[in-house]
Amino acid sequence: MGAVLAAVLGASLAGCSSTGGKRAEERAKAAQAGRPAVSTPRWTFAMVTHAGDGDTFWDIVQKGAKEAAAKDNINFVYSHDDQAQQQAQFVQNAIDQKVDGLIVSLAKPDALKDVIGKAVKAGIPVVTVNSGSAQSAAYGALTHIGQDEEIAGEAVGTELTKRGRKKAVCVLHEQGNVGHEQRCAGAKKTFGGTLENLYVEGTNMPSVQAAIQAKLQADPSVDAIVTLGAPFAPTAVKAKGAAGSTAEVDTFDLNESVARDLKSGALGFAVDQQPYLQGYEAVDLLWLHRYNADVLGGGRPVLTGPQIVTATEAGTLEEYIKRGTR
Amino acid sequence: MSAAPAPTAPSPAADERLAPASLVRRLLGRPELGAVVGAIAVFVFFSFAADSFLRASSLSTILYSASTIGIMAVPVAMLMIGGEFDLSAGVMVTTSALLSSMFSYQMTANVWVGVGVSLLVTLAIGFFNGFMLTRTKLPSFIITLGTFLMLTGLNLGFTKLISGSVSTKTIADMEGFSSARALFASQWNVGSVTLKVTILWWLALVVVATWILLRTRAGNWIFAVGGGADAARATGVPVIKTRIGLYMGVALCAWISGQHILFSFDVVQSGEGVGNEFLYIIAAVIGGCLMTGGYGSAIGSAVGAFIFGMTSNGIVYAQWNPDWFKFFLGGMLLLATLLNAWVRKRAEAK
Repeated sequence: MGAVLAAVLGASLAGCSSTGGKRAEERAKAAQAGRPAVSTPRWTFAMVTHAGDGDTFWDIVQKGAKEAAAKDNINFVYSHDDQAQQQAQFVQNAIDQKVDGLIVSLAKPDALKDVIGKAVKAGIPVVTVNSGSAQSAAYGALTHIGQDEEIAGEAVGTELTKRGRKKAVCVLHEQGNVGHEQRCAGAKKTFGGTLENLYVEGTNMPSVQAAIQAKLQADPSVDAIVTLGAPFAPTAVKAKGAAGSTAEVDTFDLNESVARDLKSGALGFAVDQQPYLQGYEAVDLLWLHRYNADVLGGGRPVLTGPQIVTATEAGTLEEYIKRGTR
Repeated sequence: MSAAPAPTAPSPAADERLAPASLVRRLLGRPELGAVVGAIAVFVFFSFAADSFLRASSLSTILYSASTIGIMAVPVAMLMIGGEFDLSAGVMVTTSALLSSMFSYQMTANVWVGVGVSLLVTLAIGFFNGFMLTRTKLPSFIITLGTFLMLTGLNLGFTKLISGSVSTKTIADMEGFSSARALFASQWNVGSVTLKVTILWWLALVVVATWILLRTRAGNWIFAVGGGADAARATGVPVIKTRIGLYMGVALCAWISGQHILFSFDVVQSGEGVGNEFLYIIAAVIGGCLMTGGYGSAIGSAVGAFIFGMTSNGIVYAQWNPDWFKFFLGGMLLLATLLNAWVRKRAEAK
């Protein structure tokens, strides 16, 4: 037993990788130390989102917010829940804690209307992020930072038409998400061919693959698949391979494997809304408001997307994606 | 808790089984005792762990949070005392809210019409659960799992079909909305504290359920059915009627919760409510209900809901990393339940 253990340890030490892995990550981390760059007092900002558990996209938003918080000497508190009632509850918790600033995602605007009104009345500056551009100003928020889902969808439709596609499938991985519906509706509006919606169970990857596969087998004329989240793009590529289809796979949002697949040509294009920017800017704008009473956007939403990413840009972005900031 | 010595011991001539039990002894025999001890422990813990926990405004938030779970925990506890489960309770709340909203909107009717229709349909769903259970003799776990999945699909399918989107349209500008809001979702301010009407609904339900369980024939039937259906049937307890009644009780409270969600948020998301059925069951179990039926109390379910409210909000007030939120929640609930079981054992040993 001991001999085996020693052998394994020895092998793992001898077999060091000179590329990637934990060591490369640590080197990258050491390069960006997180010390405040300002001398303002230590304010507390709370961020409450509609993210589910273990969501890639929101992880990057959080990273942006945290890095801005480190720079601006902010105590940053994050909470999230995908049920509207619970999200409203968390906003109330933040008000109870008398935070100095509040960042909220308005995926379910009506449920949060009252509680955001309460925060504004209590004198807490509010910035909305990601979704809810239409309601943000009316609810009393300073600024909205995000991507207009409809516009992002339209960009996809235009790009698909440009690529000469005829029949596309829009894969919605979260039944009941208004933003997702808007993306597919936007794509439908500007796409020259036909576009169908396919609902899949996003929390269960094997069933996502099976559903896309079944769709491609049932309808061989499909020549484009659009997934609404980066983790679903490689799954769609797998499904396409298994179904023997030649459809082009395109996706919203980025991650490491999306960048790799873009470079290799397995994916056509990706639409990025720069989540890092949404978190970073939200914290920074609140800080600016506290420090200098600045407001950005002139009462209009500040857009962070859509940005079409193809094989050309993927190489540059890969390094940033690896770092977890794109 | 200080154990006061029992008052005067009965004279040796009298039969000790007929002596009135002392207050302490009676308290120790209650199912919710352990939960109360657990609640005190959780309260003390968060008072130290979170700075803002003890503020009046925070406590009112916790009470509200507890009431939203508690309103459903009461009938779920009664159902568990009757020896059954209802896994459709979470989505039934959403179904009920969707029904009122969409019926009122589509028919351009007074909002109260939608609220009434929703009550009837939700009760019918509860009746369906109970009826299928008594008819098929399948376990309630299976029956209500089926209902749960069907309702989840119906919520999404119908909403999309009728409203053309995944959430309902606003009904805030329709007649009857403000009076319905007053009943289901009003709030009043006492100084800096906001108290919501759900807290009153919750307390009223606890009182009514406790009265039914301890003071009426129906209460005896519920305990009898949960303790052993065959024995109950043999002694003339209407088992079928009791079970169907219990499921309709869950439906009634799902309707109350659903109306609250509708009138406090005005727009209902069709995909919500999934998973909440377990929170109701957890609250009932922390409150002393046994998974095997025949034992438990409505007051206990309220204490269980309160523990849940303190824990889920306390973690936020303590500013712990949200990635660990569910882990802490699960750990807290396990600890509370273990403490509860331990206290009960000690009480029974006395």
